[in-house]
Amino acid sequence: MDPKIQTKELNFYYGKLQALKGVTLDIKEHQITALIGPSGCGKTTFLRLLNRMNDIIPKARLEGEVLLDGQNIYDPQVDVVEVRRRVGMVFQQPNPFPKSIYDNVAFGPRMLGLNCRVRLDEVVEKSLRAAALWDEVKDDLRKSGLTLSGGQQQRLCIARVLAVEPEVILMDEPCSALDPLSTLKIEELMQELKKNYTIVIVTHNMQQAARTSDWTGFFLVGELVEYNKTSEIFSRPKDKRTEDYITGRFG
Amino acid sequence: MTSLSPKLTQKLAWGFAWVVGIITVLVLLFIIGYVLTKGLSVISPVFLFTEPEGGLSGKGGISSCIVATLWLIAITMAILNPLGIGAAIYLAEYAPDNRFTHLIRYSVELLAGVPSILFGLFGFAVFVLALHFNYSILAGALTLVCLLLPFLVRSAEEAMRAVPQSQREAALALGATKWQTVAHVIMPAALPGIVTGVILCIGGIVAESACLYVTMGGSARMPTSFLSEGRTLAVHVFYLAMETNALDKALATGAVLIILILIVNFITRWLSQRLQAKMRGGT
Repeated sequence: MDPKIQTKELNFYYGKLQALKGVTLDIKEHQITALIGPSGCGKTTFLRLLNRMNDIIPKARLEGEVLLDGQNIYDPQVDVVEVRRRVGMVFQQPNPFPKSIYDNVAFGPRMLGLNCRVRLDEVVEKSLRAAALWDEVKDDLRKSGLTLSGGQQQRLCIARVLAVEPEVILMDEPCSALDPLSTLKIEELMQELKKNYTIVIVTHNMQQAARTSDWTGFFLVGELVEYNKTSEIFSRPKDKRTEDYITGRFG
Repeated sequence: MTSLSPKLTQKLAWGFAWVVGIITVLVLLFIIGYVLTKGLSVISPVFLFTEPEGGLSGKGGISSCIVATLWLIAITMAILNPLGIGAAIYLAEYAPDNRFTHLIRYSVELLAGVPSILFGLFGFAVFVLALHFNYSILAGALTLVCLLLPFLVRSAEEAMRAVPQSQREAALALGATKWQTVAHVIMPAALPGIVTGVILCIGGIVAESACLYVTMGGSARMPTSFLSEGRTLAVHVFYLAMETNALDKALATGAVLIILILIVNFITRWLSQRLQAKMRGGT
């Protein structure tokens, strides 16, 4: 099967600082790909290149290609709004809008021009169910999203992404601000979601990568050191640096 | 010098803050109380609904001044708000960080420190004379726009910059365009801060006297359009106090001015709350 996303020789610079060095990677469809590595290794920078979120950073520069279903998303004729609709993102800190739960989930579809109340109701319910939040909030959809707990807020943010029906979901350390129980819920959710979506997750937590992902990439100072099946990476790492990292010798 | 114990400095700091706070509130209450107690007894329907007689007599009411003030607020707001908030949106969300935008920001700061009478002179030269608006509410309003624009741009820009970057990223990552992000996420969140700036501007409009005297003229006749001359309440207070013996009427006019500010502020807050509720609704 063709990869959902391919990156080819990605170099990325913040001003003069090179954050990524020749990263080439294939992301498989309906699989969970984890990106691990110590702080500042470029894994979040890499993730944000996959839906062009780094476009908003001033003085940044990119070389190389990111192919989504074979199409380079950095081609001048490609619409960045369309890319971000197809490749959704969940952030490190839950960031619901200061709007009601309903309006948070309905935000994306409304921005796409959906105004029919019945259709919106359907989308909101479907997305909240898929994010395993429906049962907890179905009676007070008018309540502000900010009144939810951290774990619920993060699932609300996932529901908000699902409402625009993306193909890929990028997760930037989605559990780093959450307690273990909420983390477990998100991880279970990821296993559900991978049936319909392709997931790329950045994580600091190696157990999380080992538990949840099918593929793992190890980043170090802007380079992709090793990329393989998760079971291989954690049992038979080929590179000495990968081994040192996953056995906790640095990081 | 021996240093004081942290406990004692804490007590001193608290006491100092408390005393200063009390003094501030008392001074404010004294001024407002003085104007209201002296002025309210003079206020009557006749005072509110007749025009000043003009000249040095100090006789008559203040109806034309109330109308002129309301005209001035309305026209200034209608020009000032779109310009100021639009410029703030540009500076906060669109402008690249380069020399040109630094120059704009620097000019804005510089303008905010220029005394208002200089704006009055500018307004007199440009709007009254060069553009032939003559002494008129329009010339006064345009002068006030120049005077207040730097302040409004500044405060609206600050309010928008205070919206967390994570909110922008959330909207953009959901496939919202830049403008949708500004309109549906940034503006609702920044609205309370922007409204505070607008209300302070309204305060500036009703408080200004000198720069209006040279652009709106001093006629106390009832304005019939925005091209009429006009005398605002503040200018009238000045006139009564300096040119006539009607100090009681000056204070009464001051009382009306204070009440007018309260009413206009109340309406502005109410409107902005309705607007915010509508924006948050997302439809």
